[in-house]
Amino acid sequence: MASPIEQFQVKPIIPVINFTNSSLFMIGAAAVIVGGLLYATRRKALVPGRAQSVAEILHDFVANTLTDTTGREGMKFFPFVFSLFMFVLTANLLGMIPGFFTVTSQIVVTFALALLVIGTVIIYGFVAHGLHFLHLFTPSGVPGWLLPFITVIEIISFLSRPISLSLRLFANMLAGHIALKVFGGFVVSLGTAGIGVALLTPLPLLMAVGLTALEFLVAALQAYVFTVLTCIYLNDALHPGH
Amino acid sequence: MAQAQTTQAGTEAQGGAHAADATFPPFATETFAGQIIWLAITFALLYTLLSRLVLPRLSGIIENRRMLIAKDLDEAAAMKTRAEEAGTAYEKALAEAKGRAQALAQETRAKLAAESDAKRKALEADLNKRLAESEAAIAAKKTEAMSHVRGIAAETATAIVERLTGKVPAPQVVDAALDQAKA
Repeated sequence: MASPIEQFQVKPIIPVINFTNSSLFMIGAAAVIVGGLLYATRRKALVPGRAQSVAEILHDFVANTLTDTTGREGMKFFPFVFSLFMFVLTANLLGMIPGFFTVTSQIVVTFALALLVIGTVIIYGFVAHGLHFLHLFTPSGVPGWLLPFITVIEIISFLSRPISLSLRLFANMLAGHIALKVFGGFVVSLGTAGIGVALLTPLPLLMAVGLTALEFLVAALQAYVFTVLTCIYLNDALHPGH
Repeated sequence: MAQAQTTQAGTEAQGGAHAADATFPPFATETFAGQIIWLAITFALLYTLLSRLVLPRLSGIIENRRMLIAKDLDEAAAMKTRAEEAGTAYEKALAEAKGRAQALAQETRAKLAAESDAKRKALEADLNKRLAESEAAIAAKKTEAMSHVRGIAAETATAIVERLTGKVPAPQVVDAALDQAKA
């Protein structure tokens, strides 16, 4: 029987250009997003059909999440946030299909995405506000003797953001998929272990079914959490003065 | 067959090596560079396609609908205003017409009243005139009649005296006697 972590193995497909199953599913996710949205909006209907409604709901959902956190001026980041949300969501959901590779269960992928977010925050913050962006680390209304400590804490919290952002998504996807595989493995081992023990087989199967539902929830929820945190960090870049 | 066996052996060996190295696949650093490169390519492509092609289309649809609804609402509001204006104008016209009708009625009534008043006055004046004329005529007749009384009395007195005395009294005596009797 395959080990529960075998599903996370990055296997080369075209070794010359480093094209792996991971690359395949990244491209697959992007293709599903672009193709799906283009298909959904092909009629540009005034009264949307089912597919177009889904596309519009996704659009409005991300737009509302962004403007609720950052205000109207945050809309300049809308394509970025929308791309992130759709990419993470689609990668998570594609991973739910048996036999498919889960791109977001690779720490390097989630960390790269988190660095992209933090990099955007830092670059935009300095470009838009110059050195005033550093006020992010010196909250107003703090007594003078406390300010050095607060600044140190703020800097540590800022630096830990990409780590927590990437670890949260990575760990959720990894743990969920391992748990699914483990319970799926129990079904097989119990079923083949003998007549008496085989009667217990439905129990891990039920568990696996329940976990599958939970994992769909986690897949959507973690994409949302990643997006909300991105919006909160972008808000710091837009309004560094607390 | 031999090849398949080799592959299997290779996989097992690899698995064994993993177990020995305890390299968890997501932490296999040799895959990092490739994954980062492909993530960069994919995400750049995705971002470009979404921001240039998909999102303008999607936002366009939503914005277009919003504008259409806003336009329809504006038109409805304008129509309502127009309807209200028409209602106000109608009410104003009605009030004006009512006012004119009342004024006309008032005027007519006043005119008719004045006419009938004038007629009545003319009639009254006429009647008064005729009354005065008649009264004047009666007074004249009376004066005339009264002026005859003295003559009749003198004649009567002359005739009575003549019958009683057989002599015709002198008219001065009769006049004196009449004056005396009158006094």
